[in-house]
Order: sequence, then structure tokens, then C-alpha cells
Amino acid sequence: MSVLVGTETRLLVQGLGSAGRFHTDRAIAYGTNVVAGVHPRKGGTKLRFEGDVDASGVPGRGARFEVDLPMFETVRDAVAATGANASVVYVPPLGAADAILEAADAGIELVVCITEGIPVQDMVVVKRALQGTGTRLIGPNCPGVITPHACKIGIMPGYIHEGGRIGVVSRSGTLTYEAVKQLTDAGLGQTTAIGIGGDPVNGTDFVDALELFARDPETEGVILIGEIGGTAEEEAAAWIAEHLDKPVAGFIAGTTAPPGKRMGHAGAIVSGGKGTADAKIAALEGAGVVVARTPSDMGAAMQEALRVAGRA
Amino acid sequence: MKIHEYQAKRLMQERGIAVPDGRVATTPDEAVAAVRPLIESSGVPVVVVKSQIHAGGRGKGRFQEHPDLGGVTVVTDGVSGGPEATEAKVRALAERMLGSTLVTVQTGPSGKTVRRLYVEQGIAIAQELYLAVVLDRASGRNLLMASTEGGTEIEEVAEATPEKILRETIDPAVGLADFQARRLALGLGLSGDALANAVRFMKSLAAFARDMDTDLIEINPLVVTEAGDVLALDGKVAFDANALPRHPELAELRDETEEDPAEREASAYGLSFIKLDGTIGCLVNGAGLAMATMDTIKQVGGEPANFLDVGGGATTENVTAAFKIITRDPAVKGIFVNIFGGIMKCDTIAEGVVAAVREVGLEVPLVVRLEGTNVELGKKILEESGLDVLTASDMKDGAAKIVEAAR
Repeated sequence: MSVLVGTETRLLVQGLGSAGRFHTDRAIAYGTNVVAGVHPRKGGTKLRFEGDVDASGVPGRGARFEVDLPMFETVRDAVAATGANASVVYVPPLGAADAILEAADAGIELVVCITEGIPVQDMVVVKRALQGTGTRLIGPNCPGVITPHACKIGIMPGYIHEGGRIGVVSRSGTLTYEAVKQLTDAGLGQTTAIGIGGDPVNGTDFVDALELFARDPETEGVILIGEIGGTAEEEAAAWIAEHLDKPVAGFIAGTTAPPGKRMGHAGAIVSGGKGTADAKIAALEGAGVVVARTPSDMGAAMQEALRVAGRA
Repeated sequence: MKIHEYQAKRLMQERGIAVPDGRVATTPDEAVAAVRPLIESSGVPVVVVKSQIHAGGRGKGRFQEHPDLGGVTVVTDGVSGGPEATEAKVRALAERMLGSTLVTVQTGPSGKTVRRLYVEQGIAIAQELYLAVVLDRASGRNLLMASTEGGTEIEEVAEATPEKILRETIDPAVGLADFQARRLALGLGLSGDALANAVRFMKSLAAFARDMDTDLIEINPLVVTEAGDVLALDGKVAFDANALPRHPELAELRDETEEDPAEREASAYGLSFIKLDGTIGCLVNGAGLAMATMDTIKQVGGEPANFLDVGGGATTENVTAAFKIITRDPAVKGIFVNIFGGIMKCDTIAEGVVAAVREVGLEVPLVVRLEGTNVELGKKILEESGLDVLTASDMKDGAAKIVEAAR
């Protein structure tokens, strides 16, 4: 089992520039069911993808893949023709908010936005517009979502993943890969790994992801990776203490970050004494989360959390 | 992107937000020339001379060269001495302030050179308030914040008397509603003309934040005059860098002399770079991993010399530039390249590092840890380059190796 994405996912791609094409190729090689592309000037054409399959992906396929991806002018057309139920957005920053809104308008249930650098006010509008709709947004500025051996949406390297017992949720892309690799090396594997992104205004947050993992019977434990800035980790800690009876490990990046400096991610800034790593670590530990002291110890922290809960 | 007070006030004025009259000056002559028109238009024989730097705390700040002189001075000599006395005082002030170094709580001990002054009309202040538009991350919306404690740092107010901070969350589909602005203004104790003027001011400010993609607008103090006018006596505005491409008119407001040269060069190459005080240079992909790399270096007994995220779309040329920026810092005693490729490919990093070393040489130890997309290709490029590179199995191993090698 898994959350959000699996073999039933029918993915369309918005934004097929060089990055979008490269990662669509990797997704198809992994075995993701990519059914359509959207480009306002390339409707009616087909985009060819071919190559060697990624052996770490969906099992039981041949050695090679060949896909002629049908292109559509609008998301609505693509959904009508292909039954797509998820979208991934690689559209450049100033057009990305519109792409998300178009996917939501077409009734897409899951929109994963990889794009980095979307203006904050655009995301303020998007978040408001998605309220009350059936569309869930992951990101923006995130690596995407993957259920090992079933569906890879986004830019993460497929081969580090292995099916297993742990749900992963993270604000940081590359730290997600660190955690995933350590879980794979420790033999724990992942049910689903979700990158929620490093922007100050995003779609799915930690609590939303924790709720999904709480309901998934295959997810035996969760690892949560946060960073300085905002209060999302503190809110997650409060929710964990109140609602989650599965073991949780964590890591917070930015212990040594100086205040007032934006550490790459628009959301990663300690300001006015708020959003420090120490406060987040204290909140998580107060909720019973085993917090790794270095990012190399995330897998070990998960093992420790499982051991404490008697589920090792 | 930060801008100067005089630029912020000009932008506000263009949008109908009330500010005092003022003139910018880069020489003592220009400062003196500003005096008479300001006094004539206001009818008040008082002007204020304000240092223009990208840092707060200017009023309480002091000049390194003139420890008795603050960054903002009210000139009242004209009350008894007439305009000539005001001009003489403004000239004397401008001669001392321009080119001198102002140190405030926000500049750090090295201070900032004052290259411009803003000469502004004096205002008969009845009340000083605080007003700001910031992003509220919890709701994902803009937030209008107000307080009666104008002139005080808002962090201090939040600490000492949090009940004095009033808030209204702005629905992006509606904008700041009249009733919300009224509720805030009433909460500040305003009535009559001041109430109506404050409502107008707040609505214009909220629209400014939305239309101009600001990260932050802080008006501290917002003043109410004895006549009931409501004006921005100070104005701090910062823009969302991601939105600058759709506001080309803001490009000319950028003051590069206020920015760190290395950080400026890095941003031209799409790199996110912040100079720190340690000795271990870091080249990392991803902001979270870059922060975690700094944390790990510190945990194994080292100090990071910088934060550097090459980002996801970096080319070999960008990586080479990043490497050069790091090696140029004389404090750097060792370099740690820590890459977990996703959108970033390990071979791109390896090629960039090799090209940089070929060009500028390598005088300090280098540890490289590669993982992720195209990792084998990346390792091969490093091996075949013949460079003296230490490799690491994981992040902690790499951090320990570079801290040891740099001793």
C-alpha cells in the first residue's frame, strides 16, 4: 500500500521544456503511467520517449520502453481524452501558478508542482483558489512524490528507493534523498516519499501528509524532515502528540544558520527569534519524535523510533 | 530586494499613500538646496536629515568617524534663526554624514557607508503608530499588523506587550475590506479625520503589497498629525526577488553598493550564497542539504565559511563560478563538495569542479561526496582528472575528513 500515488495514477505533464522532458523520460523509464502532455502550441502532436527501462522501477516490464506521448492544448482536453487523474508542473515560475489553476479547473485530483521561484503572492492566490475544490497540491519547489516500484512523479533519483514500511515527508529535496537512501540501506524501505517543498506558502503541509500516513495500514513509521523558518514543524509536533500512534523520527536542518539570512529556500529564514531549529527540535522531541542530530543519522533515528515503539 | 527609504516613499506617493515631502541629496550642496522648497511648502521651519542605507536602527546608530552624531538628525535651528540657520546646519551635517560609516544594530560592527541623504520636511506629530504588511505563513495570506507603539522595534513589542499588536488577515479574493481597516484604526484609538485617513492609508498599503509583490512593508512610525493627517514618517520596503521579472521598473532601484560583492556575483550565476565566518568552504545542491552540511561540519568540530546552494538547474559554468567564489575567500582552509543529485546531475558538478581547479588551481584540501543522478559518471570524471581529491562515503564522513584535512 501507499499514499497519493500508485499504479492507478494516470499522469499528465504541464511544461515540457528541457527539464520537463528529461524528468518525464526518467518517470516513464521508471514505469510511471504518463498519459498526456499539455502545451498550448503543440496540441495534436506526439512526443516520443524511448530508452532502457529503469530496473529499480515498476517490475515485470521488458528491457526497453517506447512511448509516443499525446500532446494537448489544454488540461481539460487532456483529461477528457486520457482520463488523467494527476498532473506534474514543470512550467517556468511566472506561469506555474496559472498551470496549477488550470489543472484544478479540469478536476485533477493531485497536482505536483516542481517549479522553484514562484512569486509568493501567486501562491497566496493559488492556495485561496484551491480551497473547497477536490484538488490537492504538492509543492511548489519540491522534488515530488514517489511510491517505490509503482509511480515516480518528480525529479528524485529512482534507484535509491525501495518498497517498505516508512512514510517520508520533507520540506527539502536533497535531504529527502538522504533519508530515503538511509531507509533503503537499513532495510526499512518506503511506502511513499512526499516532498512538500521549501516555499513559505505551499499546498500539502506536514499535518496533511501525516494524516495520510496515519490512515495507511502499510506505513508503520514516519520520518519528517524540516528546516528553519515558519512554524510548520511545531504544528506537526502538536498533531503527532495528539493524533499519531505510529513511531516518528525527524531531522531539522539549519541549527547553525544565522538569523535574518534566507538560507536558499524562500521559506528558510529565522526572523524575530521565530523559526529556530532548536525550538523545532524541542517541539518534536516533546511529542515523542526521535530527532537525528546529523543528517547521516536519519535512518538510525527511524530504527530507534521503531525500537522504542516495539516495532523494530 | 531591499530599497532605500526615499525610493520606498516615492513608490508609495505614486500610489496615493501619504508621505512627507522630501528630497534626496548626494552632496552637501544638494542637501542645502532642498531646505528652502521644503520649508516653503510645509510652512514649518524644521527639516530632518536622514542617512540612506539598507539597514534599520539609523536614528540610534552612530557614525564611526563622528561618535556624537546619529544617522537621523532633526534640524530646528530655523525656528529662531530663519532659513539661513537651517541651511548652515544642514550643510555642516551633510559634510560630516556623507561618505562616513554608520553603525546600527542591523549593520554589524563594520557599518555601512552613507552615500545619500534624504532631507525631509518636519512634521508636527500628535501620535506615533506602527503598521506593516507581512506574509502570514500559517494562513498563506498577507497580514496587516498595527500597534500603538510606533517608533519601537516590533519584536520588542511582541515580547513585552503582545496584546498591543493588532492583526487583520487579508483574503486575496477580496483585498483588505473597509471594515477590517476600520477595526484596526479604531483599535489604535483613532477617530474623526484621522480614522478616515488611516482607513484610506491601510487600504492603499495592502493593495501596494499585492500589486508590487512585496516581501515586507514596514511603516515605523506611522504618524498622525495634529490636523488629523496620517503619514508614513519612515518606510521600509523589500520586494520578492522571484517577482522582479514582472516589475522591470524596479530594476533601477537596486543599489548594488549595499550588497556583499561575493553574494552579488553568486546571484548573477543563479547561486544562493551567504558568507559566514568559518574556514570550511561548502558547495552543495539543495538548500536543506546545504544547511545540513553546515550543521554537520560544526558538529564534527569545524566552522563553515559559507552557505552555498548551486540549485537544480546549474550548468558546468555555474559550478565553476561557485568554486571560484569559495576559493577566493582567504579564510577558506578546506572545501567540501556535497552533492545528492536529483534534478542536478553529478557529472555536471564533477565537470565544473575539474574546470575550476584547472583554471584557478587548488591550494587547500578538497573532499567530494557524490550520490544520486549520474553518480558513476561523476566519480569517473573526478578519477580521470587526476586531481588530488579525497572522496567520502557519506555526509558525516566527508565533513570529518575535510575538518581533519584543514587543521
